[in-house]
Amino acid sequence: MENSPAVAELRADRPSYLRHHFQSVEQQADASNFAMWLFLLTELMFFGGLFTAYLIYRNWYFAAFVAGSHQLNVIWGTLNTVVLILSSFTMAMGVWCAETARKSGLVLCLILTFILGLCFLGIKSVEYTEKFEKHHVPGQHYSLSSFLYPDTDEAATAAGDKPLPLDMARHTEVYFSLYFAMTGMHALHMIIGIGILVFMIVRARAGAYTVGHVTFVENFGLYWHFVDIVWIYLFALLYLISRH
Amino acid sequence: MSEHTHTIVGPKVYVSILFALLAGTALTVWASFVDLGVWNPVIALAIATTKAMLVVLYFMHVRYSTKLTKLAIAAGIFLLLTLISMTLADYVSRAWGSW
Repeated sequence: MENSPAVAELRADRPSYLRHHFQSVEQQADASNFAMWLFLLTELMFFGGLFTAYLIYRNWYFAAFVAGSHQLNVIWGTLNTVVLILSSFTMAMGVWCAETARKSGLVLCLILTFILGLCFLGIKSVEYTEKFEKHHVPGQHYSLSSFLYPDTDEAATAAGDKPLPLDMARHTEVYFSLYFAMTGMHALHMIIGIGILVFMIVRARAGAYTVGHVTFVENFGLYWHFVDIVWIYLFALLYLISRH
Repeated sequence: MSEHTHTIVGPKVYVSILFALLAGTALTVWASFVDLGVWNPVIALAIATTKAMLVVLYFMHVRYSTKLTKLAIAAGIFLLLTLISMTLADYVSRAWGSW
């Protein structure tokens, strides 16, 4: 049976990357695309929980959340949004290069995505550094002075903040807890993505992904775009809605 | 699934989506400095959702995906919105009348 002519004929037009339990390359691609989306939906639920917590606490401690948000720098946030959108674009172009078998184009796109990902983390670390310097990191050394005495704080003065009562000022720590939890989880996803990008750059240079089997690049693209979408919402909720 | 053929989305679409996303970013930053009262968060979230939909439909190729994938994504988003609205409904109504 194993060596019968019928079996040999069946195998003849099957590319090496087509697993035996799939009938066609299309079926295999559709199945893995669907599976990747199921994973992304679990990610959506995970970030959804954080977003819900943010919504509830923002309604409870509104004044504290507005004052906390005024400590973020919109210019850095906007720059990072642009960087991430550009990286999504270069990743999408990378998928196109893989699909149309452009090896050097794919390598270039992956490297650009990698660099833009690092730029995002670099800007994020500048922002985090400022939070540490101003003692806006939740914990033992958290400082309320920006919120009790806004006159002494440049960002609070620029936003025209009024001094908060002590009990409300203390709740700015909740804002920064959620800020670090949400942007930190997002940054962790970026770091994991950048690690996978390195792996893909090495493989792409060796000629992978441009010989018809593009599933890995496509699914990574989905992951990268999802991380971009999370940031689009983080930027709106953390930086923008308390600005006016 | 077997009747589905793979659609390749090309650079033209990607470039237009890129510019739409950058324009959306500029618009939402500008809108955030205009005092629109309760409408500020609504507009910021509306622009963010528009941007997210462009990413999902074109960068993530969902517009060209199988019906199964589309249905799964729609179900996931519906579930998320249900969970968020039911949680918020609980928090809003729990202390009803005691403020």
